[in-house]
Amino acid sequence: MATRTSRFNPYWLLVAPAVLLVLALYVAPIVNVLLLSVTDPKPGLGNYAKIFESDTVANLIWRTIRLCLITTVAAVTLGYVVSYAMLHALSGVRRRMMSILLISFWISVLVRSFAWLMLLGHNGLVNGALLSLGIISEPLPLMRNELGVLIGMTEYMIPYAILPLLANMQGIDPRVTSASRSLGASSAQTFFRVFLPLTKPGIIAASLLVFISSLGFYVTPAILGGGKVQMIAEYISVQLLVTVRWGVAAMLATLMIASVLALMYVLNRFMKLSVVFGGVAR
Amino acid sequence: MKPSLGGRINHIAAWMILAILIVPSLVSFPVSITAKTYLSLPWEGVSLQHFRNLLTSPEWISSFGQSLLIAIAASALATLLGTLAAIGLWRLSGRFIETIRAFLLLPLMVPPIISAMAFYRWWVPLGLIDSYLGIILAHAILAIPMVVITVSAALANFDLRLEQASRSLGASLPTTLRRVILPVIRPGILAGAVFAFILSWDEIVVTLFISKFDVFTLPRRLWNGMRENTDPTVAAAAVVLICTTLVFIVGFAILSRRRGEEAA
Repeated sequence: MATRTSRFNPYWLLVAPAVLLVLALYVAPIVNVLLLSVTDPKPGLGNYAKIFESDTVANLIWRTIRLCLITTVAAVTLGYVVSYAMLHALSGVRRRMMSILLISFWISVLVRSFAWLMLLGHNGLVNGALLSLGIISEPLPLMRNELGVLIGMTEYMIPYAILPLLANMQGIDPRVTSASRSLGASSAQTFFRVFLPLTKPGIIAASLLVFISSLGFYVTPAILGGGKVQMIAEYISVQLLVTVRWGVAAMLATLMIASVLALMYVLNRFMKLSVVFGGVAR
Repeated sequence: MKPSLGGRINHIAAWMILAILIVPSLVSFPVSITAKTYLSLPWEGVSLQHFRNLLTSPEWISSFGQSLLIAIAASALATLLGTLAAIGLWRLSGRFIETIRAFLLLPLMVPPIISAMAFYRWWVPLGLIDSYLGIILAHAILAIPMVVITVSAALANFDLRLEQASRSLGASLPTTLRRVILPVIRPGILAGAVFAFILSWDEIVVTLFISKFDVFTLPRRLWNGMRENTDPTVAAAAVVLICTTLVFIVGFAILSRRRGEEAA
């Protein structure tokens, strides 16, 4: 054993190229951005003070958190409905539902935002249909506002909610609910008092995953918000490409990374990340 | 057993939600064949003019080629590095291994906008802004986690004793890799390569920051067209983007199902 540990393990040579590439061209630049938050434009915590001094920055952070929370609740609720149906569906039906999930998962966020743009716009297909049916007399404002952004974000996030929920539900012994039924509980009682509490870890994991992923949304708010519903990511891009203020952007990036990694750590305690991501990759 | 009323309502609701996940994305298909010159459904006639625009426009054609080249190169690089890293991590042990794995998965966890900032700032002094090499490297780094995950999943089912037998019978590490490990985990590698390709093919946020004029990928042109927002040519381009993704996903699904049947 001693000779083994002292000898160089050749498997390190396999890991080295990827690790060196990621360290030199990914981790280092990320750390560089984090450092900018305390060095640009001058050393100190000036950028962080902006959270309390600048209403723009405070509103931005609050708006981002609020929209992400609403998205999380909506996506997890809708995802729960789908997961529950998938759990009880015949295996052929379940496989068909799964393929729909995977296809939607892999259709680009750009194409999906574009689709909502065509549907929800002032002269969009939804307004057009409602007008010609005489249900409304004036186009509804479905886009270029928070409603449009929320619709786009929720639709995008539903598959992210379903995968951890389903993984959790499939781990529940079906005999538990049968036992509850045979002991005289109604189906509603069985669901609310037996099944729902058992899916709590899945609900928490799904909520964390959706919230974490929504924090960085860029494309959907930029396209469906029409510049009026700025979230942190879009604000960062304006800071970099238009006003060239790296300090504030780096500060927001640092906050975002810190929250994402902290929540990811919590998530890992409820459900192994390999289960969450493994389900995604499959 | 007959499904209960609640079960039936649940089933219908689930299908409605699943429809919302797919149907809106498909709206590009009818819009792309409208006879009008603005975004509309083809009620008053069908026309292929927007596809003709797309196919005769040097800009769109060049973007299509660029995206294809970048996605092939980036997914090849990510698949090579990610596969080797996953195999290495699988056979190594020690305190640092989980940390290294976490570093390799980092590009998947960090929000794309922050990756974009980091690459942008780092690529300027390296002279990689607006170059093929810069975008290929960035996309490959973003795709490495996908490959590490799929290959690690394939390795999890691999019998360690096969590798030990091969090594103890005197096979070198390269021989063991080629003749013993790689054949068994090929489905995982294939999955990783497909996901890496799609990731690069669709990537927009990082590309927006690190490309300018010389490199103009398909999603980038789509993004610009979408913000100007009137020309159904953009819908035709979206159809091309969706179909390419679908071809890869469906092709991959058929391949892996056939392999499953062979194994059975």
